Amino acid sequence: MATWDWQVFCKDTIDGKIVPGCFGGSGDTTYLDWLLSAWGWTLSVSLLALLVALALGALMGILRTTPHRGLVLLGNAWTELFRNIPLLVQIFLWYHVVPALIPPLRGVPSFILVVLGLGLFTSARISEQVRAGIQSLAGGQRMAGLAMGFTLPQTYRYVLLPMAFRIIIPPLTSESMNIIKNSSVAFAVSISELTLFALQAQEETSRGIEVYLAVTGLYFISAFAINRAMLFVENRMRVPGMIGGGT
Amino acid sequence: MLTLDFAFLTPAVISGYIVKGFIFSLQLTLIAMLGGIILGTLLALMRLSSKPWLILPAAGYVNTMRSVPLVMVILWFFLLIPLVIGRPLGAEVSAIITFTLFEAAYYSEIMRAGIQSISRGQVAAGYALGMSYRQTMGLIVLPQAFRNMLPVLLTQTIILFQDTSLVYAIGAYDLLKGFEIAGKNFNRPVETYLVAAVLYFVISFSLSMLVKKLQQRIAIIR
Repeated sequence: MATWDWQVFCKDTIDGKIVPGCFGGSGDTTYLDWLLSAWGWTLSVSLLALLVALALGALMGILRTTPHRGLVLLGNAWTELFRNIPLLVQIFLWYHVVPALIPPLRGVPSFILVVLGLGLFTSARISEQVRAGIQSLAGGQRMAGLAMGFTLPQTYRYVLLPMAFRIIIPPLTSESMNIIKNSSVAFAVSISELTLFALQAQEETSRGIEVYLAVTGLYFISAFAINRAMLFVENRMRVPGMIGGGT
Repeated sequence: MLTLDFAFLTPAVISGYIVKGFIFSLQLTLIAMLGGIILGTLLALMRLSSKPWLILPAAGYVNTMRSVPLVMVILWFFLLIPLVIGRPLGAEVSAIITFTLFEAAYYSEIMRAGIQSISRGQVAAGYALGMSYRQTMGLIVLPQAFRNMLPVLLTQTIILFQDTSLVYAIGAYDLLKGFEIAGKNFNRPVETYLVAAVLYFVISFSLSMLVKKLQQRIAIIR
């Protein structure tokens, strides 16, 4: 059985010599430096994609519950389109196909394309949650809002959405954790995030187990941090008597 | 502006590049589904038992699998299986083992919910009739749990089919890989990725429509 060698993270990425203190500092890069910057990329991709997904997912989910046929159709089509193509294929579409078909997008960095790809993929799933949340409210609430003389947007803004968004915090939590996990496909288009680090560092150092353990641990920590943050939001936003605890 | 040209996708090219990958993707999906459901049911039964030495390992396994990205799980197994069995293993076989074990965690959560949806009185009734644990589960609880959860199990299988594309990470020859290689060889990557996306969409979308139909029929029976 092979022995552990955690010193691998202190090695310089170019000459493989162990750097004292493990951080490269000026000029040199150790595997630890690389690991941390990869973590940064994973978090940036995930959080930006989450913003895109929440905005578009909420919009599309709301459209699907409006009384307008056309808007419902648009929301449904959006959701089915982005839900039924594998994420990796969608990322390839953004990276290889979209810039080829739309020339102005040719100079866009792949980081942005991956954020859009992951964001739109997740927006379909969030739109499902938002739709379910709104539809779980008693139908009388919408009618009451309209009967009070609210316009449809006002009914959504003041009556339906404040309740619906609170109800769907638990599923949104798990979608937010999924986005961290799903950001791992960005390796396929050479974003220097954790999975790509794992692949390349494993190849260069032949210390696969140590490298994978570190990467897996960071994924754990990231998802757990999101879980705690969302729990905090859930507790702050809770309407007494509406959500029973939940994790 | 680039003009699209799909003329290179002749039947010969399709059977040369795509079919092989498609068959592997289907194989992977079916084996992982069957193996995953069997293992998942066992894991669910373990978690619902009253013995801590059964509950803890099952819960630990399921939670670990569910909190690691699938790509990392694929890489882990590709690294570890050869160390365990002492010889290198092809990417395809490794993928089949990985997906079966990985999906078992997700199927087990579904089966757990399904088993819990059966009222406890039925279990008590089984025992009162003198049935053993095995008989109560096998003849009363599991058949009902299975039927109630069939739509969810199938939806998970559609997700599984989409996720098979992630074997890209270890270079196994699946549907997506077939399109990618064809695209490289004919220098038409844009067209091949488009066709791949359409194909995945058509398969997943029509399957999910079928599941919706099935769900309505099951809902009527209940």
